[in-house]
Amino acid sequence: MSSAEQLRAWDKNAVAEVVEYRGETTIVVPRELLRATAARCRDEASMQFNLLTDATCLDRHPYEPRFEVVYQLVCISRREKLRLKVRLSGKDPVIDSLVPVWPGANWLEREIFDLFGIHFNGHPDLRRIVLPDDWEGYPLRRDYPVEGYRDIPVMPLGFVKTSI
Amino acid sequence: MTTVETAVGQAKTMVLNMGPQHPSTHGVLRILLELDGETVVKAVPDCGYLHTGIEKSCEDKTYSQAITLTDRMDYLNPLGNNLVYCMAVEKLLNLEVPKRAQYIRVMMVELQRISSHLVWLGTHAIDLGAMTVFLYCFREREEILKIFEMFAGQRMMTSYIRIGGVALQPPAGWRQAIERFLKYMPSRVDEYETLLTENRIWMGRTKNIGVISSEDAIALSMTGPTIRAAGVAYDNRKLFPYSSYDEFEFDVPTRTDSDCFGRYMIRVAEMRESLKIVRQALDKITDEGAIKADAPGIVPPQREKMKTEMEALIYHFKIFTEGFSPPAGEAFVTVESPRGELGCFIASDGSPKPLRVHFRSPSFINLQALPKLVEGQLISDVIACIGTIDIVLGEVDR
Repeated sequence: MSSAEQLRAWDKNAVAEVVEYRGETTIVVPRELLRATAARCRDEASMQFNLLTDATCLDRHPYEPRFEVVYQLVCISRREKLRLKVRLSGKDPVIDSLVPVWPGANWLEREIFDLFGIHFNGHPDLRRIVLPDDWEGYPLRRDYPVEGYRDIPVMPLGFVKTSI
Repeated sequence: MTTVETAVGQAKTMVLNMGPQHPSTHGVLRILLELDGETVVKAVPDCGYLHTGIEKSCEDKTYSQAITLTDRMDYLNPLGNNLVYCMAVEKLLNLEVPKRAQYIRVMMVELQRISSHLVWLGTHAIDLGAMTVFLYCFREREEILKIFEMFAGQRMMTSYIRIGGVALQPPAGWRQAIERFLKYMPSRVDEYETLLTENRIWMGRTKNIGVISSEDAIALSMTGPTIRAAGVAYDNRKLFPYSSYDEFEFDVPTRTDSDCFGRYMIRVAEMRESLKIVRQALDKITDEGAIKADAPGIVPPQREKMKTEMEALIYHFKIFTEGFSPPAGEAFVTVESPRGELGCFIASDGSPKPLRVHFRSPSFINLQALPKLVEGQLISDVIACIGTIDIVLGEVDR
């Protein structure tokens, strides 16, 4: 039985969608059930996804739901990978933190908070991590310009800024 | 520097600011240490001094343009970064890389692993007061960088691994150069060991320092030599083989002591295993053969064809102006870098530029275990612990 089927058997609402692409399984989980589903993935004897390798976010601006928070899990003993995904609207980017399940999520979620402005409920230490504390805006959002909002030096005469 | 009155009793603790300009923080890492005498009560790492926004820059470039940016993340492992990025793009494109290119990739990445461990060993030893090892390690690293220069024309930021294969055919005389390196390197590794392994000062500074249990290491998402020293045989080359690693014979060294000394022994053993892999790769790489996938529109055509054939010229023009567009989807690829599991997550929306590129950098994630390693230890052990996590700040901050 695949992980998605096992999760469905446990709670029929836990799996909103299953995406198989290039041999990778992505399970889309409703926001309310993320923490319970993650704990289930870690603790259930037939799944044992004990290592959280990565957490990140992607921004599909201007489409809604805009944000997708992605968690990459690994089961070391069965050599299996799984991706959990939660879709979040741009108006209310709040999600439950996974630090109670994996302490290693701490910095990963701080990084997402720092660069995307997603708030994690129940995170013990939600501060900016790579940017200064007084930085305005969230640089990895798609509506944040690559050059930033700071003054761009004026190009000398004869130079024209081009883009491909 | 400030002093703070603790709530419990009359004991006074002191907050010490270590870094960002401190030689043993290996870059620009700042750690706030709360000290009770010489004992660390609390440690709070503070990073971000080297944040360059590589992930954001990647979104503004075509897929092939972003390769040069990846070199600059983990500057001790540029080829590994190229590899993980290119493999992620190849997965999105469903592109098969020729066997010969896969072997060349393996050989280069393993040489890179040795050179990265050499820098680690040298700088870690100098942090703990052993000057000589540093000079010896850099002597051998220089030889590896010369090999890279032969292959790619560059010593460090090679960008040698490209989407669909590698950039250039191996140069004339490459086999002899690597043979020569393989001949003397094993005895050099023995030499480092005679200097350190049974050295009383070295053992005093590393044994039983920075111990972490395997459960804690997994819970904190640690990977690489740190988790293998804790007894977990987690190595992407074995668990999730990529780039034909399943055709190579090598061991994954593990230990159970899980202290700074154990991590040192793991890295030394890994250098020996890497030499074994390079030797096997040398035998597998044929003298003739393709180094790039046959994928017009993705892999740039040969210079000669571009000058003589109409179609090749059009492809060349298209690749370097517009780029290519992988189908919409997501791919997450992990490789074993010298520091641990290096991952690349790419999301494509079907346009010539990626929607999102994210790197799972092992230094960043291993660094968050630093407080766990140092709290309760002496301040001098902080230096040993930072050293054995083996962080590269360019990769921590990206």
